[in-house]
Amino acid sequence: MTFIQILLTLFAAFGFGAAVSRFRRGGMGFKQLALWTLLWAAVVAVVLRPETASEVARRLGVGRGADVVVYLSIVALFYLQFRLFARLEDQERQITKLARELALKDLKE
Amino acid sequence: MEKRVIVIPAYNEEKTIGDAVRGARHVADRVLVVDDGSSDRTSEIAAAAGAIVVRHAVNRGLGGALGTGIEGALRLGADAIVTMDADGQHRAEDAKSAFDRLAEGDVDFVIGSRMLERKGNMPARRRLAQFLGNALTYALFRKWVTDSQSGLRGMTRQAAERIRIRSSRMEVSSEFVKEIVDKKLRLVEIPIEAIYTAYSLSKGQSFAVGAQTALKLILRRFLD
Repeated sequence: MTFIQILLTLFAAFGFGAAVSRFRRGGMGFKQLALWTLLWAAVVAVVLRPETASEVARRLGVGRGADVVVYLSIVALFYLQFRLFARLEDQERQITKLARELALKDLKE
Repeated sequence: MEKRVIVIPAYNEEKTIGDAVRGARHVADRVLVVDDGSSDRTSEIAAAAGAIVVRHAVNRGLGGALGTGIEGALRLGADAIVTMDADGQHRAEDAKSAFDRLAEGDVDFVIGSRMLERKGNMPARRRLAQFLGNALTYALFRKWVTDSQSGLRGMTRQAAERIRIRSSRMEVSSEFVKEIVDKKLRLVEIPIEAIYTAYSLSKGQSFAVGAQTALKLILRRFLD
């Protein structure tokens, strides 16, 4: 096993541990935990057996395994970015609602 | 007699809010100023000039303040509501025309357009920005308004109860148009005269803010 493989495996284990502890504290639902577990498992698989990525690449019609990893990472990042944007918008609206209720609390004719 | 309420959203407008309120009081039964978390004396000056003042604890942006103002006006029992800018660019006479037009009873919503008659002294850059705003509003909501970004608008109580303003910032102007289309409100534009001063120009949307507003509108259109 190379150094980078050890490092990335540890990192994935750490990420998985963080997800489990969040799930235990009720910070995320079962679906989300399953998703993260799948993601980290995939990371470990690719790290320990780089051919996995090549196989996926062949099936998807992409040249190299490393390319597939980069493409999928970009898609995942965009998705997370979008989720963050939506969450932020939601929060903005809630703060506005709060400010509004407070402002109008004492307003009467 | 119907009850007329003017809503003025204001953020750090201590220099102009006093005159804006005094002018508005001549043509409305109540003037409601929404102080959007100002750090200056906007609230005190508005209250001293005779407005009812409600205050956001934190700054929420134009859309947030307008939403609060309309909701507040409804709670005050308004039969008709007109919104005006706090920077002194709108004239009280034009607010009165908006109320009078609504009182005729055949429309639900009035937008005061700076473009219907070429009155006032709108600078060329403003005109371009405004055209872009109109074009985008049309592209997204299929409604051509000659002044989609105007801050002077009037609505009946029924219209105010039906529209839902959700945006917090500048994109609110186009959101009004969207709501007018969605709720099938009867809209008419009336000519108004805008008074541009160095002060009111400095308070407008910069190009960067305008671009941001446009981006938000497009995203909203396809995400919501």
